[in-house]
Amino acid sequence: MSAAMRDDLPSPGATAGKETDAYNFAYLDEQTKRMIRRAILKAIAIPGYQVPFASREMPMPYGWGTGGVQVTAAVLGPEDVLKVIDQGSDDTTNAVSIRRFFAKTAGVETTTKTRAATVIQTRHRIPEEPLRDGQILVYQVPIPEPLRFLEPRETETRKLHALADYGLMHVKLYEDIARHGHIATTYAYPVEVAGRYVMDPSPTPKFDNPKMDMCAALQLFGAGREKRIYAVPPHTRVRSLDFEDHPFRIQTFKQPCALCGAEGVYLDEVVLDDRGGRMFVCSDTDFCEERRAAGHQGMMVDPGASDPSPEGEGGSRRKARDGWGEARHAARAGKRAAPSDGLRPPPPPYGGGSSDLPSDTAAEKREVVAKDKAGETR
Amino acid sequence: MSERPLLSARGLTKYYGERLGCWDVTFDLHEGEVLAVVGESGSGKSTLLGLLATELAPSAGAVHYRMRDGVVRDLSELTEAERRLLLRTDWGFVRQDAREGLRMGVSAGGNVGERLMAVGARHYGNIRAAASDWLARVEIEAGRIDDTPKSFSGGMRQRLQIARNLVTHPRLVFMDEPTSGLDVSVQARLLDLIRGLVAELGLAVIIVTHDLAVARLLSHRIMVMRRGRVIETGLTDQVLDDPREAYTQLLVSSVLAA
Ligand SMILES: [Zn+2]
Repeated sequence: MSAAMRDDLPSPGATAGKETDAYNFAYLDEQTKRMIRRAILKAIAIPGYQVPFASREMPMPYGWGTGGVQVTAAVLGPEDVLKVIDQGSDDTTNAVSIRRFFAKTAGVETTTKTRAATVIQTRHRIPEEPLRDGQILVYQVPIPEPLRFLEPRETETRKLHALADYGLMHVKLYEDIARHGHIATTYAYPVEVAGRYVMDPSPTPKFDNPKMDMCAALQLFGAGREKRIYAVPPHTRVRSLDFEDHPFRIQTFKQPCALCGAEGVYLDEVVLDDRGGRMFVCSDTDFCEERRAAGHQGMMVDPGASDPSPEGEGGSRRKARDGWGEARHAARAGKRAAPSDGLRPPPPPYGGGSSDLPSDTAAEKREVVAKDKAGETR
Repeated sequence: MSERPLLSARGLTKYYGERLGCWDVTFDLHEGEVLAVVGESGSGKSTLLGLLATELAPSAGAVHYRMRDGVVRDLSELTEAERRLLLRTDWGFVRQDAREGLRMGVSAGGNVGERLMAVGARHYGNIRAAASDWLARVEIEAGRIDDTPKSFSGGMRQRLQIARNLVTHPRLVFMDEPTSGLDVSVQARLLDLIRGLVAELGLAVIIVTHDLAVARLLSHRIMVMRRGRVIETGLTDQVLDDPREAYTQLLVSSVLAA
């Protein structure tokens, strides 16, 4: 495991587009950014098609979203407001580090508010709040090829895409149903874009697939290690593959968010103690916080409080909420073993080495799926 | 049987650089007809099969095929999409090595259902029913439908290949040494199964084999190849009982271990 996110970078040149003696706006030089932009434009022109690009070394390991970071660097302007989320959360080490990286190298304003952001880089989630015109959602992608599961030869997958020969995708779904009785793929669930290319939406939960459909924002996907960029232009049809007798369904959760009471949103399980205590809370932390700030409240009350405050008493309630927030934060941090200083990163999300990616990814998926199963019903 | 041939090869020639693969092969194949191509290894029989199945491009000559819509097409002029459609609908290809003909990590049902899904089947229940039906027809127990071929014996794998190919009701099946490497008793059972299905479905088959017993059991006609050339051709029984060419006589008398 090599370079952690470097904190020792000098400050960027003040002006976009101008090389300085330190380094360029948003770290990458202008020529590289132009190259990436050309790939992005091509990707937008052919929705869902994987465009090869000359992925550059970034001052962070693969698995930290170097593909997404390069795409963000190429589209970012000085006026942009950047939000970075990792599994829905703005405060994981990964999200914090990338946000810091661009605050430092591009001097852009950053935010945790989905609504306030113009560019949102994400790993594993799409914000709950509907995205709007003018926003760009940048996905970090570990494995861009949806057919790889069954067809490892790239010459062949390229041909299959060229011919729109996607029977294999259904073989994968068939295998799911044969083994599990239903389509058990809950992450990286394949989609057909604009009636043509089949695309891997990156390891977002299938819960988020419907948000991609006719989305008002521009969706860009960057795979650093695999050197691919693909895109879904605004207002484009994105259809999840399925069978007539096993139609696509998103996950549903038995209970609303324990903190803000939201229903119909994606929930994370948070372990509260070592006696099996747990709760389900919004994976989208910004969404959850906004709801709580607006007075929404979940079913959970502070387990430590001997006399639960009556509803409507602001101070106590906030105290209770804050208590939960800390518990949740601690649980999340514990789960990811993430130190807060950002200097020594946790194991990278997709495996940081060059050869161990598939198994790490699989292991991570298993973990996430296991977590997922606990809270969802079908 | 239609009067017009299903497949016509004319002057098929293949060079690998300077080396001759096969030379000036011409024949017609009709619907329901089984043609065996026999010869020693290196005789050009596998090259010929590759040319006929469009896996190799000929150096000279052409193959014409009467498509399902009745139109005769020069196979070299098919688009890649047309070629692939032909390969997975109206044609089958049973390989000597099942690992090349099957998806070893996919269940038996998925292997059989793949062609259906490739041509647009989107109803899981129907796909599975078709897979079950074909597994039964090749004598694979219903309970194995969700097992992968990794756990299958050699004979079962070949039977699964056959089911996977026949599910779209092809009119022509290529077979490349489908029984070699199997135990004798397993071979006999497989040959029986193939013979039954060929007769029942009226399949045309081009089978490449070094085993004259296989040719005798399955084929109506036989082509003997040597050094890239067809040296003798005719009805199987006639050629094997009364070979004209000295080389064929040696083959038949088992002097040559083909
Ligand atoms: Zn919430």
